[in-house]
Amino acid sequence: MDTFLQQLVNGLTAGSVYAVVALGYTMVYGIIQLINFAHGEVVMIGAMVAFTIINLLVPTGLPPFAIVLIGTGCAVPVCMLVGYSVERLAYRPLRHAPRLAPLITAIGVSIILQHLALMVWSRNVLAFPQIIKSQTYFIGGAGITTVQIAILAICLTLMASLAILVYRTPLGTAMRATAQNAQVAGLMGIDVNRVIAITFVIGAGLGAVAGVLFGTYYGIAQYTMGSVLGLKAFSAAVLGGIGNIPGAMLGGVLLGLVEALGAGYIGDFSDLCQWGVPLQACEGGGHFILMGSNYQDVFAFIVLILVLVIRPQGLLGERVGDRS
Amino acid sequence: MKKLQIVITVIAAAVALIGCGQSGSGGGAEVKIGHVGPLTGSIAHLGKDNENGARLAIEEANAAKTKIDGKEVKFVFVPEDDQADPKVGTTVAQKLVDAKVAGVVGHLNSGTSIPASPIYNQAGIPVISGSATNPKLTEQGFKTQFRVVGRDDQQGPAIASYLATNNKPQTVAVIDDATAYGEGIANEVEKTLKAAKITVLPREKGTDKTTDWKAILTKLRGRNPDAVFYGGMDATGGPLMKQGRELGIKAVFAFGDGACTDDMAKFAGEAAEGLLCSQAGLPPQAADKKFLDAYKKRFNADPIIYSPFTYDAANLLIAAMQKANSTDPKKYLPEVAKIDFNGVTGKIAFDSKGDRKDAEMTIFTMKGGKIGPVAVIKGGKTVSWSEFLKK
Repeated sequence: MDTFLQQLVNGLTAGSVYAVVALGYTMVYGIIQLINFAHGEVVMIGAMVAFTIINLLVPTGLPPFAIVLIGTGCAVPVCMLVGYSVERLAYRPLRHAPRLAPLITAIGVSIILQHLALMVWSRNVLAFPQIIKSQTYFIGGAGITTVQIAILAICLTLMASLAILVYRTPLGTAMRATAQNAQVAGLMGIDVNRVIAITFVIGAGLGAVAGVLFGTYYGIAQYTMGSVLGLKAFSAAVLGGIGNIPGAMLGGVLLGLVEALGAGYIGDFSDLCQWGVPLQACEGGGHFILMGSNYQDVFAFIVLILVLVIRPQGLLGERVGDRS
Repeated sequence: MKKLQIVITVIAAAVALIGCGQSGSGGGAEVKIGHVGPLTGSIAHLGKDNENGARLAIEEANAAKTKIDGKEVKFVFVPEDDQADPKVGTTVAQKLVDAKVAGVVGHLNSGTSIPASPIYNQAGIPVISGSATNPKLTEQGFKTQFRVVGRDDQQGPAIASYLATNNKPQTVAVIDDATAYGEGIANEVEKTLKAAKITVLPREKGTDKTTDWKAILTKLRGRNPDAVFYGGMDATGGPLMKQGRELGIKAVFAFGDGACTDDMAKFAGEAAEGLLCSQAGLPPQAADKKFLDAYKKRFNADPIIYSPFTYDAANLLIAAMQKANSTDPKKYLPEVAKIDFNGVTGKIAFDSKGDRKDAEMTIFTMKGGKIGPVAVIKGGKTVSWSEFLKK
């Protein structure tokens, strides 16, 4: 039971970070039906900028939380700027091009950003300065660290504020209108280009925070970290129904849970000896494990494939076949 | 216009011919020595350290105006990046063979050294690894393959028997990163522990890019091991140990040489305190003082782990060339096999497989953010570090 609870805590923490990243994918897809593959790289840049700022500030002796806050405060505008420039330079000129063109551009932008980061921050795995003393609290046998609590709180706040922004403000209404039909929204006096740019900027800002959270949680950052994180978040967005904001949140958390529970239990589950298969390796309490926990990263993609096969519109998505 | 075209063609052809002449004949004055290690990716810092060792040896040989067969020779250093990727490893090996290098120092990883070794063997080029510790490397029967570092089946038993006698665990969890190196050393550790009648939990596996170990560690926590051994590198081992402590695992964490670096303190923070780890060979601090000073002066940094070994490997190739009075790989290869060399890591001689005879293993522990040696194991005997230094 302890183990199960702990896996839930692990999954929730990782899942809420996925959810925040997934929001960036889903918002952009919702509004211009583009899978912004460069979003994972924006997350990485967020982590890297925060890494640099935090490292610069550590010797000043400021309180740790203030340092991390300033680091995040610098990462967010930088990523917003990156998000805006990417939209302005790479996607806007292709707004009316065939759908394949912006998709390929997105992949190109992702590679460019990754290599720019390589040039700036080197190819090394960077150790995130661990200035926040991580204390573990045990509740019913499951340990939860201060960093995990902070991640959960920050992610929930971000998701709630985004939901308010999208569903309760004039800007949100403009965003939803543009998502439904950009042309008509334009005729109604909405500056479509501005709304799309703002969507990119908000998504990138969320990504920056997720990058900092990821870095402080695992203690490492590297220029390649965006690609796997990005693909997982993309899977989460598809799981929840791409283009659907509550869907991305649900998808992210579910994906985190699937990963944690999958990696935690697949080894025991696929132990052939436990199922009574007569194998030589099983004699005397031995084990013959088909799939170990190293398949952890595979779960995200198994989920992606299953969703695409069984319910292509995702858990909360509507049928969007007419759009494509 | 036509005339101009002909003139350009002729010039181009002439340039091409001259180019061929320079690289083809060699003239005996230039000898290329290759080095391979990952210069990109998560262990690029270790790759650079290895490269620096070999580079220093070659720069010193050039500065000393080394003579072979009475003629002064200029050594040309050819560093290559295999990205720690087996596929790239073979490509780079072929590239070095095509460039007609006289000898190769490398590769850093076992996973890239093993697939590359038949390529060097076919070309008859001696290759000496300063850090690949997987036993399979020298078990393939290639006459051109050597290593100046110990093997996992010596290193694994060393850390495992130290763990067994010093910490007396009843249950040990073994994790690896599913690479040739990680699996190899984890297998050897498991074998030794089982022989010492210690319960070993079913193997858990991550990858060499895993950042989230919590699922595995949570599962292990439920089984309450007294010690956890991880076969893998520091960039994954650091987060593993940090997350283990966060989950409240109080077991001893033990690692192989891939995670036996000061960087563990950066990756795991305070959680790294007290880790046990082993290195094949002796710590850089035990290398010759002259080497340490020269390295520091040239690269403005201290050696990380294996640069003393790659330094020795490069010097050993040059020494064998001098003995054979030839830089032709076919002629000096037999001299490598029977060499008796005094390097900065001690005396080097090879057995019939190409492994270093009597390789030492060192056990380290992390204290105050730095790893420090606690014991040396040689020929199955454990000697504490303070006693070892007295000798």
